[in-house]
Amino acid sequence: MQFMLLFSRQGKLRLQKWYVSLSDREKKKITREIVQTVLARKPKMCSFLEWRDLKIVYKRYATLYFCCAIEDQENELITLEIIHRYVELLDKYFGSVCELDIIFNFEKAYFILDEFLLGGEVQETSKKNILKAIEQADLLQEISYSTSLLC
Amino acid sequence: MPAPIRLRELIRTIRTARTQAEEREMIQKECAAIRSSFREEDNTYRCRNVAKLLYMHMLGYPAHFGQLECLKLIASQKFTDKRIGYLGAMLLLDERQDVHLLMTNCIKNDLNHSTQYVQGLALCTLGCMGSSEMCRDLAGEVEKLLKTSNSYLRKKAALCAVHVIRKVPELMEMFLPATKNLLNEKNHGVLHTSVVLLTEMCERSPDMLAHFRKNEKLVPQLVRILKNLIMSGYSPEHDVSGISDPFLQVRILRLLRILGRNDDDSSEAMNDILAQVATNTETSKNVGNAILYETVLTIMDIKSESGLRVLAINILGRFLLNNDKNIRYVALTSLLKTVQTDHNAVQRHRSTIVDCLKDLDVSIKRRAMELSFALVNGNNIRGMMKELLYFLDSCEPEFKADCASGIFLAAEKYAPSKRWHIDTIMRVLTTAGSYVRDDAVPNLIQLITNSVEMHAYTVQRLYKAILGDYSQQPLVQVAAWCIGEYGDLLVSGQCEEEEPIQVTEDEVLDILESVLISNMSTSVTRGYALTAIMKLSTRFTCTVNRIKKVVSIYGSSIDVELQQRAVEYNALFKKYDHMRSALLERMPVMEKVTTNGPTEIVQTNGETEPAPLETKPPPSGPQPTSQANDLLDLLGGNDITPVIPTAPTSKPASAGGELLDLLGDINLTGAPAAAPAPASVPQVAQPPFLLDGLSSQPLFNDITTGIPSITAYSKNGLKIEFTFERSNTNPSVTVITIQASNSTELDMTDFVFQAAVPKTFQLQLLSPSSSVVPAFNTGTITQVIKVLNPQKQQLRMRIKLTYNHKGSAMQDLAEVNNFPPQSWQ
Repeated sequence: MQFMLLFSRQGKLRLQKWYVSLSDREKKKITREIVQTVLARKPKMCSFLEWRDLKIVYKRYATLYFCCAIEDQENELITLEIIHRYVELLDKYFGSVCELDIIFNFEKAYFILDEFLLGGEVQETSKKNILKAIEQADLLQEISYSTSLLC
Repeated sequence: MPAPIRLRELIRTIRTARTQAEEREMIQKECAAIRSSFREEDNTYRCRNVAKLLYMHMLGYPAHFGQLECLKLIASQKFTDKRIGYLGAMLLLDERQDVHLLMTNCIKNDLNHSTQYVQGLALCTLGCMGSSEMCRDLAGEVEKLLKTSNSYLRKKAALCAVHVIRKVPELMEMFLPATKNLLNEKNHGVLHTSVVLLTEMCERSPDMLAHFRKNEKLVPQLVRILKNLIMSGYSPEHDVSGISDPFLQVRILRLLRILGRNDDDSSEAMNDILAQVATNTETSKNVGNAILYETVLTIMDIKSESGLRVLAINILGRFLLNNDKNIRYVALTSLLKTVQTDHNAVQRHRSTIVDCLKDLDVSIKRRAMELSFALVNGNNIRGMMKELLYFLDSCEPEFKADCASGIFLAAEKYAPSKRWHIDTIMRVLTTAGSYVRDDAVPNLIQLITNSVEMHAYTVQRLYKAILGDYSQQPLVQVAAWCIGEYGDLLVSGQCEEEEPIQVTEDEVLDILESVLISNMSTSVTRGYALTAIMKLSTRFTCTVNRIKKVVSIYGSSIDVELQQRAVEYNALFKKYDHMRSALLERMPVMEKVTTNGPTEIVQTNGETEPAPLETKPPPSGPQPTSQANDLLDLLGGNDITPVIPTAPTSKPASAGGELLDLLGDINLTGAPAAAPAPASVPQVAQPPFLLDGLSSQPLFNDITTGIPSITAYSKNGLKIEFTFERSNTNPSVTVITIQASNSTELDMTDFVFQAAVPKTFQLQLLSPSSSVVPAFNTGTITQVIKVLNPQKQQLRMRIKLTYNHKGSAMQDLAEVNNFPPQSWQ
């Protein structure tokens, strides 16, 4: 996977994970283009589109679009499963996740993603293990501060 | 100093902004506060401030002043700090930033931290965005962690190693020892990431690939793991809709693909498991189909036995019938990849594929269209073309150009009859006339010219087509050209194929003039129309005056090209009326030249073999190889008239190219018989100077006189004299007028003069004044030759004369070497 983008139906970016090195300007341009293209798709269309030399796999969950850019040799259908797995993880963690959770806790969304994918590849296929790791890390965070100064 | 506001507070505040300006103001205020807080080196709230900065960065605002702060956070001992610090690094500190390398030491320390979650953060950051230098520095640490027994760290280290290898491929070797026992793990995370690592190594290095096949016996191991996954019972931890760890299954199948590619033994070893997966996987949900998809890709790519391949194609066929669009899409994509190698198997699913042309999704339609074109053959051409034409009618504009081109190509290859071919072309031109590519127009014209018996039918249909609507430029161009050529057939009502229509000469001129005047007509189209009108002056009988009038009007057109043409046509009427009929006579059947232009011409450099031509289904014209022979045997009497009428249109007279290369070294350079790209639409070579000569300056004016004439040939009573003219404005052009006279007591009849020049020259032969050289020098045949000599080389010419004399056929070849220097210098 080269990058993953989460954005709302109005095109507001909620999360961006880049697994390739690009300048800030390029990232903005790419994001704009892809958001535009995906938002223009009609509901009955398939979840894949060709963009430059990559394949874009996207799926909408409620008000959020989850969008991954994969390379030619990667499997589109399993990418859909990857997206679904990530949503399940968020759901389990936040309890019935909605867009607002991701807006207000974006750093947690990143932490969860970083336990699921690394360098664009799946690092753990057990939901249980991922959630356990996040739980432990959160605990560690709690311990390192008697009161959390973040939130 | 009050504590900086909390992250969630800031997010809440910013979201209350009602306008972009308001938001910008809030952001600027907060950024200022954060900046001053950073300046104060506040350790307590650094984490909070950076988090806020990251939020604002996501909204699109600059956050570069937080880069160093991220570094400080990473160096902190507090886990919270590190967590946010590494997140900030991944978002703000990619390898393009100057301070990126400053992370290296911190990461190195954290890779050896006592807490695995800290080590995890470091591995994650390195594996996501570490630069090459950083990877080089830290590869050793990663390799160490790859050997740890802690599966949490081991799986991350494996993916980190993948990133290192991608950045610095030379380091691949050092990870080899650690891979030895990776697949013995029970932990799925480690298994999955190990398979990814092995895949990366095998893809990058053929040596590694060979090593893993032979020495490590990777295939049996993978087969075993895959089998366990399929056969094992329900495992709640890894289950997805009844399938055990589909992610791992898919990755294993992908690695098997790489191992089995081009290797019989490996392919055989995995045959059984592939068949098992293909038949036993549940297909009701996307996850099962994802595995089947990967299985199909693997089967098609390795050396699988034919039964397995058929099984794979059938799976794809079933996919095509699936309700889920995504499944249909991947099926079409995969079929497109396999249609060349397993053509017959794919043909079986043709009707389903054709149905997909009617799908609502654009991507599916495109795939279906490409696949349909790949499946067209001589047997199904009629049926397929019906579907494709219907598709052309109803599809989105973005498809029309490609579809039209594809239809033309398919029609050319497999047309069951000429009439069908013409009808198909007509249908495309009328349905998608404005989307037809520009280069299709000359090809269509050539096709029409070559279908001699269909001329009347074609011109009638084209005429009817543009009567109603002359806005589609390619259609109008083809129609105008045909009307110009075959207008006489049109008005005489000679059509055999269908009911001939009654058209008068005036009506024909009406439509052509409308095209000329119309705002919708492009300059090129107008050119076609004007030339067509001019040609009709020799084909029509009653309306020549009208034509003269039209032509003279356009002599003052603001369009330079039209003006040029009109002026010259006027000249034809006035000064050169005696040549008009010869100049405008019917075009000969054109040689089909399959080349993509000068870049495809093969340099043979003195070799007598033409370069091997790529296999291509023979076009309806003569084969390219026979053209090569024509060059050598040009004068051996083929049907092509060696005289090229000056076609004042942009239609190239390809026969001009063949008159070259007759001299000495049989060098086929410059021959149009070059290797064509298989899918290209054949184009006709164009001798450019013919047009330049006409359009850049009028010939016959502005000439240099005083060049001595020569006797080029004198034998057996036949004498041929050359007189020269050269243009001052275009010194590369030499105009030679030959005069043939006969001093014997009997006429020479059927006199044909042919000439060839070395390849640096180009030559054009105009019509002779007659074909009889009367006896006793009582008259001459005159003929004009135009020679283009851009390199100002010494003029040489080889001529061939054929005629009948005293009851016998005479033939002679001669070289002309006595050209005066003024004729070419």
